[in-house]
Amino acid sequence: MKMPTPDSGIIARREKIVEALKAIVPASSIIAEEEGLRAYECDGLTAYNALPLIVVLPENVDQISKVLKYCYQSNVKIVPRGAGTSLSGGALPLGDAITLGLGKLNKIIEVDYQNRCVVVEPGVTNLAITEAVKNSGYYYAPDPSSQVACTIGGNVAENAGGVHCLKYGLTTNNLLGLKMVLMDGQIINLGGKHLDSGGYDLMGVVTGSEGLLGVITEVTVRILTKPSEIRALLMGFNTSEEAGNCVGSIIGSGIIPSGMEMMDRKAIHAAENFVHAGYPLDVDAILIAEIDGPLDEVEYLTNQVSEIAYGVGATFVRSSLNEEERLLFWAGRKAAFPAVGRISPDYYCMDGTIPRHRLPEVLKKIAEASDKYGLGVANVFHAGDGNLHPLILYDANVSGELERAEAFGAEILKLCVEVGGVLTGEHGVGVEKRDLMETMFSEEDLKQQQRVKCAFDSKQLLNPGKVFPKLHRCAELGRVHINNGELRFPELPRF
Amino acid sequence: MSRSLKPRDSKDLESIIGDALVNRTPLEIIGGGSKRAIGQLMPTKKEVSLSALSGITLYEPKELVLSAYAGTPLEEIESVLGEHNQHLAFEPINLSHLFFYNAVQTIGGVISTNLAGPRRIYSGAPRDHLLGATMITGRGETIKTGGRVVKNVTGYDLCKLFAGSYGTLAAATKLTMKVLPVGSKIRTVLISLEKEKDAVSAMIASLQSPYEVSGASFITSALTRRSEVSYIARANSSIVGIRIEGSGPSVNARCSKLKNLLMNYGDIQELHYHNSMKFWQEVANVSPYKNKKGAIWRISVAPSMVIETVNKIIRDLDVEYYLDWGGGLIWLRLIEDRSDAGARTIRNSIEVGKGHATLIRATEDIRAQVPVFQPQASGIRELSKRIKESFDPAGILNPNKMVHLLEAHGAN
Repeated sequence: MKMPTPDSGIIARREKIVEALKAIVPASSIIAEEEGLRAYECDGLTAYNALPLIVVLPENVDQISKVLKYCYQSNVKIVPRGAGTSLSGGALPLGDAITLGLGKLNKIIEVDYQNRCVVVEPGVTNLAITEAVKNSGYYYAPDPSSQVACTIGGNVAENAGGVHCLKYGLTTNNLLGLKMVLMDGQIINLGGKHLDSGGYDLMGVVTGSEGLLGVITEVTVRILTKPSEIRALLMGFNTSEEAGNCVGSIIGSGIIPSGMEMMDRKAIHAAENFVHAGYPLDVDAILIAEIDGPLDEVEYLTNQVSEIAYGVGATFVRSSLNEEERLLFWAGRKAAFPAVGRISPDYYCMDGTIPRHRLPEVLKKIAEASDKYGLGVANVFHAGDGNLHPLILYDANVSGELERAEAFGAEILKLCVEVGGVLTGEHGVGVEKRDLMETMFSEEDLKQQQRVKCAFDSKQLLNPGKVFPKLHRCAELGRVHINNGELRFPELPRF
Repeated sequence: MSRSLKPRDSKDLESIIGDALVNRTPLEIIGGGSKRAIGQLMPTKKEVSLSALSGITLYEPKELVLSAYAGTPLEEIESVLGEHNQHLAFEPINLSHLFFYNAVQTIGGVISTNLAGPRRIYSGAPRDHLLGATMITGRGETIKTGGRVVKNVTGYDLCKLFAGSYGTLAAATKLTMKVLPVGSKIRTVLISLEKEKDAVSAMIASLQSPYEVSGASFITSALTRRSEVSYIARANSSIVGIRIEGSGPSVNARCSKLKNLLMNYGDIQELHYHNSMKFWQEVANVSPYKNKKGAIWRISVAPSMVIETVNKIIRDLDVEYYLDWGGGLIWLRLIEDRSDAGARTIRNSIEVGKGHATLIRATEDIRAQVPVFQPQASGIRELSKRIKESFDPAGILNPNKMVHLLEAHGAN
């Protein structure tokens, strides 16, 4: 993975930049010593790291606006950072860029039950939103696995998902408003507590833009009333094909469970040995389906789902009898990653999405690739929406294994695209999948995305080196190419 | 008189846009034309109808996904989905009776106007259901964005920009949408309000309940008489309708709980399948204003602000209105003639950044004077302009449809 070469001119000006920042934020909000910078050297994608030029921890929107304006005028790059839980390197520092940590903006500004929304600062954690409203019977639906730590600003930047997307959508479907600062320091408000936009849906394109378009400083999210009953069904199948059929049959019959998760044999055994969730060990795949709603609906649908499961060959079906058991069913799934961590020194988590009916074929090819690369793999799958998380097992201390794991991962993601899916379902492109973007998008597709980037950030100072495999200058991208109907693509540097 | 072009396929469309780019010819991009009268007047010389780009190319009910060419009639899509008890959950609305009675609605038009019906509050808008798109930008380049799966964060979500862009960024050739099962049962709890001022609190109470309400609408007594649903036409009072959908046992249970919750607001009746369908179609399609003249506005505000907004408007203007989206949407008709269609009053009734008002129908004279879409704060206006230019640098796709000329020059 090659990152843009740091600008030595900027690095040489480091002390001057620190001085200028001291006029904007308190000295305690600036980290410039190597020891302090170390804490920010990577995010959740720990295979890559770099020391930031400087870390700035602003306390409010006004400071953010001033920092960005200064950086815009002085051509200093910015890497925004929430809690640093990105699994794709979205917050990976650059040696010539300021890492802008938003952790100090951590207040819940307003809870509004009349309009069923909450207004928060970007550094508030995902779970803290639910915590703030749960006593009144509400919750915030998107629930990425890192919800204890990840912040809502990061959720917006990555369009975070979770296990309940099938019924409740991703972050983008649960947002009402954003306040953000553009790279030149301008503060803009998108949306609010009302629905939809009177112009272009800028909030929609900012969501999931991985910190490349602006710095989110305030978020208004929709909250939902907690369902009165939630029940989970644990089902076991002799083959993952049968489990996949079961998912299709449930949805085909008109039932949309709030969550549907699948695990393969290796993941089942790792999780069961770790948390003793009561998973059957004599099956090749388990499916956990969660049904929520009023009691009558949950009872009715739970019975329907059980019947469907038996109909497609389930060898094991168990409905949670109480809340304790429901959470136990989930405990295994939620602990799948650390459980796999116990059976392998390291693992590499992939995140492609596929059309669901291609699952048997994809799993077969993953198994073949596993033999080819000599690395084990455990599969965890958001089955309802086709989001696949193969965990590649490797040992970083064995020379060459990391590289093999990465090559294996890239092969899986290319396979996802080949069968009609996408490179990333919820973890983002970041630096991790940057160089694979051309397997999914054409040169024209990527150029248009970069033109949108230029509309927000004409100097391309925000989070450079992420998402796009080639850098184009905005002026070059903006040019209209008419050349006897043919477009010209000058050779461009690659990093 | 503008010339009409009807590309047979996406190659045709690409060359039409390519030619227009070379010759700087502004094009009016339409689907079936049912909503073409929404927006500012345009200096276009040629009309490009996408109606020949038609047909469903992929439908996998178990995967909840459908792809179709942009000019595919909505009716065809709805009928195919209906065979599998599925639908476009955002509830497309049909406004053709306000403009051209015979025009066909196409899926491209439905998505590019991003107009959602009553189920918006439960299922989202077209923007939330568009998974992927292939489109030709004003640069004459065919680009794709998104995919065919729900969970996808690969690259920028240009689907969101396309939905609601009224053909000003690109002409879509193919669209891929999430589809969802239709609830097997539908019921509407109908309250004949004792006090009209309680309407919004009755809707908010329903939406705060855990009963998964998929529609919450308020119809003033002046408009109830126009309903074809006899229970409503004979109500003799203002009514609030609350819709619930889903599986049989669930709908029965939620319905009875909602009736208990709302009993203090007035007499309660239940509309069953046919009357429910009829009533929500009337709400979605602005049927109360059928065969009525005058400007029509669609105003989105936070439900808690709606009473104040309406009060400010009726103080100045002679209007009739009803509410959808649990109070978040005002459908308003001007009874009197005003040269600005009431724009000044209506736009002043909404605090900056707290909502938007769209002039859905007005004469050409009025639209020449008045911004049809909510004027934006300067930062957003400039940013939107740069985005438009990034897709369509020569301004050949539906130029000025969404931005009034006065605004475009920064005079607003």
